[in-house]
Amino acid sequence: MASVQVSLPLPVLPEGWAGEKDFKAIGHLSHATDRNIEPVGPHFLAHARRKRHKRTFSEDDRIQAQSNVKKVEDDDAGEISEPEDPLMLQREAKDWKNQDHYAVLGITKYRWRATEDQIKKAHRKKVLKHHPDKKAAAGQAQDDQFFKCIQKATEVLSDPVRRRQYDSVDEAADVEPPTKKETQKGNFYKLWGRVFEAEGRFSKTQPVPKLGNEKSTKEDVEHFYNFWYNFDSWRTFEYLDEDVPDDNENRDQKRHVERKNQNARRKKKTEDTARLRKLVDDALALDERIKQFRQAENAQKNKRRLEKEAEQKRLAEEAAKQKELEAKAKAEQEAADKANREVAKKAKEAAKNAAKKNKRVVRGAVKDANYFHSGGDAPASQIDAALNDVDHIILKIDNEELAALTAKLSGKKNGGEITQVFKDEVQRLVEAGKLKEGEAKSLA
Amino acid sequence: MSPEKDPAQRVAIGISFGNSYSSIAFTTGEGKAEVIANEDGDRQIPSILSYVEGEELHGGQAKAQLVRNATNTVAYFRDFLGKEFKSIDPSPCHQSAHPVQHDSTVAFNIRDTPEEKENAVTVADITTRHLKRLRISASDYLGKHVNSAVITVPTNFSDAQKDALNKAAKAAGIEVLQFISEPVAAVLAYDARPDAKQADKIVVVADLGGTRSDVAVIASRGGIYTVLATIHDYEVSGFQLDQVLMDHFSKEFMKKHKTGGDPRENDRSLAKLKLECEAVKKALSIGSSANFSVESLAGGLDFTATINRSRYELLASKHFAAFARLVTHAVEKAQLDPLDISEVILAGGNSHTPKTASAVQNAFPESTKVLAPSTSTTAINPNELSVRGAAIQASLIQEFELEDIEQSTHPMVTVTPHLSHAVGVLCISGDESTGVFHAIVDAETPLPVRRTALIATPREGGDVLIKLCEGARHIKVTKPEPKAKQAKDDSDDDSDDESDDEEELREKTWKVGKVLSEAALRGLKKGAKVEVQINIGADLNVNCIFREVGGKGGVRGLLSGPKSQQNGSA
Ligand SMILES: Nc1ncnc2c1ncn2[C@@H]1O[C@H](COP(=O)(O)OP(=O)(O)OP(=O)(O)O)[C@@H](O)[C@H]1O
Repeated sequence: MASVQVSLPLPVLPEGWAGEKDFKAIGHLSHATDRNIEPVGPHFLAHARRKRHKRTFSEDDRIQAQSNVKKVEDDDAGEISEPEDPLMLQREAKDWKNQDHYAVLGITKYRWRATEDQIKKAHRKKVLKHHPDKKAAAGQAQDDQFFKCIQKATEVLSDPVRRRQYDSVDEAADVEPPTKKETQKGNFYKLWGRVFEAEGRFSKTQPVPKLGNEKSTKEDVEHFYNFWYNFDSWRTFEYLDEDVPDDNENRDQKRHVERKNQNARRKKKTEDTARLRKLVDDALALDERIKQFRQAENAQKNKRRLEKEAEQKRLAEEAAKQKELEAKAKAEQEAADKANREVAKKAKEAAKNAAKKNKRVVRGAVKDANYFHSGGDAPASQIDAALNDVDHIILKIDNEELAALTAKLSGKKNGGEITQVFKDEVQRLVEAGKLKEGEAKSLA
Repeated sequence: MSPEKDPAQRVAIGISFGNSYSSIAFTTGEGKAEVIANEDGDRQIPSILSYVEGEELHGGQAKAQLVRNATNTVAYFRDFLGKEFKSIDPSPCHQSAHPVQHDSTVAFNIRDTPEEKENAVTVADITTRHLKRLRISASDYLGKHVNSAVITVPTNFSDAQKDALNKAAKAAGIEVLQFISEPVAAVLAYDARPDAKQADKIVVVADLGGTRSDVAVIASRGGIYTVLATIHDYEVSGFQLDQVLMDHFSKEFMKKHKTGGDPRENDRSLAKLKLECEAVKKALSIGSSANFSVESLAGGLDFTATINRSRYELLASKHFAAFARLVTHAVEKAQLDPLDISEVILAGGNSHTPKTASAVQNAFPESTKVLAPSTSTTAINPNELSVRGAAIQASLIQEFELEDIEQSTHPMVTVTPHLSHAVGVLCISGDESTGVFHAIVDAETPLPVRRTALIATPREGGDVLIKLCEGARHIKVTKPEPKAKQAKDDSDDDSDDESDDEEELREKTWKVGKVLSEAALRGLKKGAKVEVQINIGADLNVNCIFREVGGKGGVRGLLSGPKSQQNGSA
């Protein structure tokens, strides 16, 4: 053997890699398969020379050596597994269209599931048994009718197109849907699962989703029914066609039959689609899961509604409480304001009264100070001027200043002292800019 | 010692013995196989005997008797040999002498002497007579007394069948040196060509014969062959193709001659029809059209017609498709993928038909080479593959004592452990961080085995890691990008299975399996190559040597086989 050329590079040795003498054993090879090599060709001769070492092998060695060898050849035909119905064996080949091809080949347990290989093997078994020459040998009449039935069955079943046509109308593979009563009495999943499995054979899309069981998720169940409501079927009905007369005969007649067949096929297809639709409707109506999902959904909805209501209630209550609090605060505020106002009013009145009293004191003090006239009774002009000036001052000062002035004047009987108090007041007011120089002349 | 037992006096040929045709070949002094024509000039000699007033006719002359003398003509009998009557399929003998039960074996009731009475001639005797005629033809051609042969048989020929054939051959004066299987003989015929390159590969031999078709998937490893899977089918056959033409021309005939009747319903007409249809089929292998011409086909009416190849291909298309399916089934049965198949060798006469080859080619990727006359200019005549292989094998073993041959083909020699996984190294490639597996020894290689590989190193040289692993072949399937939908938005509910129509891309890749060992080679020169030598023993011990090509030293490693051989399934 020439060496294998590998053009992709080896990896760089990782940092820190170490092995004894630069080698590390890690695993073992997987177990080998024992097979027979073919004792043919020059390379085998070399192999044999090496392997024999001039030894001689016995019959025992042969058995020993072959005990574990992987088998390559299939076992030959073997027994026909299904009993043959005597009535079936008497079938006429010309009636082949009405024969059960799977029964003829003895594979009714497979039907549309039979693989090409199974069909071939079944055919071979039947041929070996029913070939007319075999019957002749067994002293039976030279009757090749059933043999022809076998050939017909194989012809149909080994042609993928014709097999589909037959499978389309193979009633024996149908599973009748259970009635409502049966469903309610039995196990829905078992009863209907079989129906859908049988119907699924017509699906262009494979694999077909399974009906599942009570534990299936809502998603799976929905997928299942969606699949069946959008079922894409290859089922056809030409197998049931009326025979078209041979081309040499009347052309019109031929065309007529062809048209009739076309219409019949179309009609059957439409009916089949409707049938399936109804079947799915029925199953859906009986499917407890759908109810459960709906209930669960309703419960979910209710729960959500209750939650919403509770929330609304809570919010309303909160708002009412808030409003109450606000009203209370407002009332309190109002009461306080009112009280304040009364206090203020009283104070104002008191101040007014005090001011009146103070004014009286002040005016009285003027009289006590003899109208600021020194010596003897004050002339009328002086009295007027003094009173005017004092009134003018009173006008210019507020109640507090008035009170202060009154306080200063209280207890003072001496005219000079009183006069001085007024003079000081005038002085203060002039300085504060409330009186002009020259006003209150009587006190100047 | 009798001449055929004494290797020095042996004259050995190769024989292919089919139900429909047989061939004989010898190997020249230069080691080239040559197919021998019989006295009629035929290299495909019909496996037919016919008796006319005690005279025995053979081959093509016997075949011609199917028209007038069908009941005394024996044909398609090979598969009856060594079998009980109950387990034979008499169907192919519909138009010749029918097989009958005879004690525990099969016979034909024929008038094989000048006398007016029928004799029960066993299938063993018929075989002997047939082989004798072949031996005589070969001896006449070679000018030497042929006394031994290697004979090809189907892979499912039982020991009982071989036994019966061996005895029948002996009675015909032929010592059978060895039976070899037909598909393996075909592979050998190709491998024995001087320009053949030996490489490990998986080969499928697909044989579309006259009465059956056989497919074998064969691992070829270092010139040693292992059959991995086989399929046999008795429905997909040359007969079916003939039948297509028979039906076609019968209908044509009836269209033209309304009074002639259906030629298929009269034995003699049917025989003529069949012979001519086979000839037409053969003519269509080379020509784009062929003539059908039979004198007095039915009702005393002559009939001539032509057919072109494409018409024939259309009429027979389901049979070609069935054959192609059979071939892919065999590949599946071997748990392989069409991508694993390097070559499909088309054998059997019907492989001359171009459509047989194209149907098979379509079932395989382009990387698979289909070897048939219409697909490869260097293809060997598919009729002759078996007999050439047999002749080559005969030349290889003719100097051995019989005893020696028997011991060399003993199961103690042939039963061999085969690797269940490929063994190889991890390399670096662009984006793959974990390394890419590169096989050095493929799966299904018989043990012991030694293989070497030369592996590139990083550009700068330096220190490298050599990781030995098992690898599992993996088919990577890339779905085509879904076609951008037509801009329209409302096409939402368009079924999405449209994309299924597009071909997905399938590639053969490797999955890294069990790591077996690591080794380091240090200080490699720039641009150095590393040589890895792997020796795997029948006990699954692995001995490996890693060294720099042209460098000194190297690293050795030893791995022991799996612990317990018992739990082999683990
Ligand atoms: N050139 C050709 N073109 C087409 N078909 C051919 C050609 N030559 C032979 N055949 C057909 O090949 C078939 C014979 O094949 P082959 O020579 O391999 O026979 P065989 O090995 O005896 O077959 P089996 O054992 O299956 O009957 C017949 O159907 C024959 O018509």
